[in-house]
Amino acid sequence: MCLGVPGRVIEIRGATAIVDFFGVRRETRLDVVDEPVGPGDYILNHVGFAIRKIPSHEIQDTLALYELLLKETEGDMMAADVRGEIAGVRRPEGPDA
Amino acid sequence: MTATTTPTGTDAIISLRHGAGGRAMRRLITETLAAGFPPPPVEGIGLAAMDDGAALRIGDRWLVVTTDSHVVHPVFFPGGDIGRLAVAGTVNDLAMMGATTPLGLTCAVILEEGFRKSDLERIQRSMQETCREAGVTIVTGDTKVMGRGELDGIVINTTGVALADTVIPDAGLRPEDRIILTGSIGDHGMALMVKRHGLEIDAELRSDVAPINGLIAAALAVAPGAVTALKDPTRGGVSSALHEMAEKSGVGIVLHEPRVPISRTVRAAAEMLGLDPFQIANEGKAILGVRPDAAERVLDALRAHPLGEAAELVGECIGDHTGRVILDTGIGRRLLVESEGELLPRIC
Amino acid sequence: MPETLLSDGVGELRFRDPAKARALAGALARVVAEIGRTPVSVMHVCGSHEQAIAKFGLRAVLPRDLNVIMGPGCPVCVTDVPEVDEAIVLAQDGVRIATYGDMLKVPGSVKSLADAQAEGARVDVVYSAAQAVELARDTTEDVVFFASGFETTAVATAAVVLSGPPGNFSVLSTHKYIPPVMEIVAEMPGSRVEGFLAAGHAATITGSAIFERFVERHGIPVVVAGFEPLDILGGLVKLVELVRDRSPKVVNMYPRCVTAEGNRNAQEQLWRVFRSVGGNWRGIAHVPNGNLRLRDEFAAVDARRKYNIDVRRLWTRAPSTLTQVCICGTIMAGTASPHECSLFGKQCVPDSPVGACMVSSEGTCKIWYQYGGHPDL
Repeated sequence: MCLGVPGRVIEIRGATAIVDFFGVRRETRLDVVDEPVGPGDYILNHVGFAIRKIPSHEIQDTLALYELLLKETEGDMMAADVRGEIAGVRRPEGPDA
Repeated sequence: MTATTTPTGTDAIISLRHGAGGRAMRRLITETLAAGFPPPPVEGIGLAAMDDGAALRIGDRWLVVTTDSHVVHPVFFPGGDIGRLAVAGTVNDLAMMGATTPLGLTCAVILEEGFRKSDLERIQRSMQETCREAGVTIVTGDTKVMGRGELDGIVINTTGVALADTVIPDAGLRPEDRIILTGSIGDHGMALMVKRHGLEIDAELRSDVAPINGLIAAALAVAPGAVTALKDPTRGGVSSALHEMAEKSGVGIVLHEPRVPISRTVRAAAEMLGLDPFQIANEGKAILGVRPDAAERVLDALRAHPLGEAAELVGECIGDHTGRVILDTGIGRRLLVESEGELLPRIC
Repeated sequence: MPETLLSDGVGELRFRDPAKARALAGALARVVAEIGRTPVSVMHVCGSHEQAIAKFGLRAVLPRDLNVIMGPGCPVCVTDVPEVDEAIVLAQDGVRIATYGDMLKVPGSVKSLADAQAEGARVDVVYSAAQAVELARDTTEDVVFFASGFETTAVATAAVVLSGPPGNFSVLSTHKYIPPVMEIVAEMPGSRVEGFLAAGHAATITGSAIFERFVERHGIPVVVAGFEPLDILGGLVKLVELVRDRSPKVVNMYPRCVTAEGNRNAQEQLWRVFRSVGGNWRGIAHVPNGNLRLRDEFAAVDARRKYNIDVRRLWTRAPSTLTQVCICGTIMAGTASPHECSLFGKQCVPDSPVGACMVSSEGTCKIWYQYGGHPDL
């Protein structure tokens, strides 16, 4: 039960934040988030409420976590191929307007 | 799946899903509305084909006829209005049969008592402008007024008539044929949803409503027989249209998600509302089935036209999995979900 | 272009990178092979995980020897029949119902809210509890918010209850609480589940430490995972590693949203407004502490106390015999798959669902029907 979407805070209006979700702006309530939130912060939105402030360093940390996983499961030639694949990663998805 | 076997007994009355362009609507048409009418008196494509229009043989040409009623709300939306939709929708249905130079449109209007004359004038001006773009005119019409509360604002029906040398059904796909999309998906439906749900967006989402007969003519001119099928992804979106084409043609379709053009804002808005962009309506786009040797040339012809700049080759037809549409997400393959009724925003 | 999203902040699309995803799938296959048994069964308890797995085509790249079962994680599916009936009785009595879209078409014993709506009842679809309150503010009619969902969503309901809603607003709570049902599944005879993938957003609220006691008691590892393809695949890799190493631990693989103690502010509000009681989950029978109901001090906002709701008035005819053949319960418990149901794809399809699993966009049966289940594509 989790449609949680991350977005960037544009403006604070009392107990509500105006949040930008990749170009879509919505009001999000701040009643239940557990840290102070200000413009420029990233939050996770669930059914109109911010449930978490997302520290931006965590994204890099999580991606590094996945790299580590791949290294841990290595031990043979195949893993080397896999690492080569990651190094040459192509960006996904088509054009947008 | 009749009312007696379902616990909910929904089939005794018409509900909104019967108008939503998905399977419920198709069943209503085949089982109730279209049942019992004999075929047309001349050779042609009639009711049984459930195509975008009818095609009747007149001498060595085809008379192509299509009709559509427009009930869109709100009546004025970003990128267009009900008048523009009424003209473009019918012109495009004709174009989807291969008839790109219409002879004329009829226009029947039903108004609710209390409708503003200035709004009506604005709609009429919009229809004029759209007719100019399409190179078509209104040749006859009808006007009715119903009492306040008996109708929601305004309903416009347009019927279009054209002559064509060849007719392109939506059932003409063959294995190996390529699938081309003329531009980005979800613009129209998303623009309306956003307005209805009060979402604010920075780059305004605009409907793509536009007459594309000129665009299609450019594609058809590339080579005779190059375009094997045509359909516009209106209600029910690209998913409904591809499913119908696959079913009627007896092929399977593989669609490559990374190649499908979609604007960043449509994608974000759809994700926020928990909607599938493939099920959202488009009003200025077409799906073409094209013979593999002609695909690149057709793509170039589309891209050279202002309404086709974002055209992409997005898939191909296969001989197995008939009637199904397979989506290659870039990571793995799965079936494309078919719309079954009205699109409901979901929380999860 | 999607690239501009990547350089601008959150960069969620990086978690969808196809090459990395395939690499993680390869890693998954290697670890599962090291375990040497077949199949290795793990369970997730979140409809959104199943949705994501289906939507991104992940089942096509999961190793054949790994069985990723969907447990009772679809809140719509486990909302019990009498609970749906309560909303319908109110709707038919002329009370305006505000509901999340997912619940609109779920069949009760006789009909769904959508059916009631087609017959003239006032039913509004909302995508936020706050929106339901606004609806109540804009009218003098009574508005009842049909509050479905797990604890993550219950937090939003708690927040609006605490913020002083108008007198014509009340809540019909069918909120459910997930941790107790994990216990039930782990203890079911015949359960072969060797590890759990826990829902990232619920854990954002509850914290990952909440699973420590479960892991101690059952000796089964729990990995908290997010919802993008890399999150799910990465979470699964970690989970099967723990299974391979016989290491019953709780590991948080969604640190960008989840901490050990979770969101205390949200937890306080949740438990101030709700208490957990035992109750029936559709198809699973009794789950101790599995239902969230409003505390006594909020009786004025509790639809069950404000109105006299008698669901027996709905039972004007016997329920369809098909509902007795429906095996949603066993499917949700993970001990059967949709293909084993005699109704699946025949009498039970999204257009005419028999069980809730076929209605909800997160229901196992619905997802399998639409997305092709285990693909041989």
